[in-house]
Amino acid sequence: MKVTIDGQSIDVEPGTTILQAARMIGGDLVPPAMCYYSKLKGSGGKCRCCLVEVSKGSEADPRPMPKLMASCVTGCMDGMEVNSKSSDRVTEARKSVTEFLLINHPLDCPICDQAGECDLQNLSFEHGNPKSRFIEEKRTFEPEDIGPHIQLHMNRCILCQRCVQVADQLTDDRVHGVLDRGDHANISTYISKAIDNEFSGNMIDVCPVGALTDKTFRFKSRVWFNKPYNAHRECTTPGCCGKTTVWMFGGEIQRVTGRKDEYHEVEEFICNSCRFDHKNVADWTIEGPREFEKDSVINQNNYTRKLEKVEIATEKTILMGRDEDRKKISMAEIPLNNNDKNS
Amino acid sequence: MSIETISLSGRKKVVSNKEMSFLERLYLVAIVKGLYITIKHLFKRKATIHYPEQVRERSDVYRGQHMLKRDEQGRENCTACGLCALSCPAEAITMKAEERKANEKHLYREEKYASIYEINMLRCIFCGLCEEACPKDAIYLTTSKVLVPSSYEREDFIFGKDKLVMPLDMAMKNAQLKNAN
Repeated sequence: MKVTIDGQSIDVEPGTTILQAARMIGGDLVPPAMCYYSKLKGSGGKCRCCLVEVSKGSEADPRPMPKLMASCVTGCMDGMEVNSKSSDRVTEARKSVTEFLLINHPLDCPICDQAGECDLQNLSFEHGNPKSRFIEEKRTFEPEDIGPHIQLHMNRCILCQRCVQVADQLTDDRVHGVLDRGDHANISTYISKAIDNEFSGNMIDVCPVGALTDKTFRFKSRVWFNKPYNAHRECTTPGCCGKTTVWMFGGEIQRVTGRKDEYHEVEEFICNSCRFDHKNVADWTIEGPREFEKDSVINQNNYTRKLEKVEIATEKTILMGRDEDRKKISMAEIPLNNNDKNS
Repeated sequence: MSIETISLSGRKKVVSNKEMSFLERLYLVAIVKGLYITIKHLFKRKATIHYPEQVRERSDVYRGQHMLKRDEQGRENCTACGLCALSCPAEAITMKAEERKANEKHLYREEKYASIYEINMLRCIFCGLCEEACPKDAIYLTTSKVLVPSSYEREDFIFGKDKLVMPLDMAMKNAQLKNAN
């Protein structure tokens, strides 16, 4: 079947959705997605961020679809023509959706550990309005402790239900879901019961915002001060691939996540033992630096190439300065870790 | 005109090396001329001041020593978001974040605060990008109105929170001013 998105054509299998076809083409025309997750069955159709305009239904029925369609749940038809980035209607609709998503989202990015790798930040940067028109009070929930590994911030949740699907599909029995309705809708109190499972940590990775964050990494560092490396280990947990990204600061592993692709979806899910219990560099075989999109803040101050020291045949004091000046004078409380092999 | 004689600045002078006359070789005229210039400057206004006893008037946007602000209730604004350190072109800022305890709500405005906040004044170039990056109105280079003092020890230039955070009485004065208006 031939589909045309923003003037670019591609042949796809029957049953492919517009979003999947757009991702096959790649580039600017890929609609943003907050709830759709290609690794989770049945995800999508909730956030309405991926709205596209179908200007020609199919070869058999060339009428345009009257309303904007959610591309993650709309299947492709032969000869379909879709406008994504090129349509003003779509841009306008995405702007409104972003505004709706931000209505109850607290603007605490300076505090939030997800800042820098947050899908909602990216979405509002691209489609959002810098000024909020919302003058009412944002809805808040009582903070809830859901165990030693995962930190829940219900206020930040945008109800994409990805974490519910993770519990549904990766673990045996799901014990949390969306409770209440409308403004009060929240991921249920039984979320704490799902935390015991060996794969519960993947909820952190699939969460597009900072509602579920790593408690072992809480406030430790900002993501852009860490250097991400691809690493792997022999993991004995059944179903875990052991391939991860470790986020290092100096010679210390600050956190471990799954490897996320360009759409911020993990390539393979990892177990809790990899994620939370193995923070020792000796546990991991480090493959090399993980690369991110060119404009990602994670690339700030990072060098993906190993920089060799320039050797010049001259006096040592000219190259290195005096020995007494080369000691660490800042952060006196924190000892310097000398086993940093990657710097 | 050849390239040797051309003067792009218009100030080029050809130096002559001619033999001096007897009067010139005495240097008396030249000494008197030089002394005249020296004595003339004794009666002019001085170009220097006695810093730090005297301080020159500064512009409102003068960038001096940083100050980490407190809000009207005396709580620290800084939440250790790291944007100042990220924007710093000289990499002068380091910090360590900590979670606020339940009994510290009067000290810090947000859930997270900087337990260590250090600026290396030897590295700082006073460009003000940290001030520009700050989303919480926390760091300012214009409020302290002081220059970073000089010192002999390198350690003295690591300014921690003890030197950077706004004094409490200044925060109280600000709050009173705000209430009065």
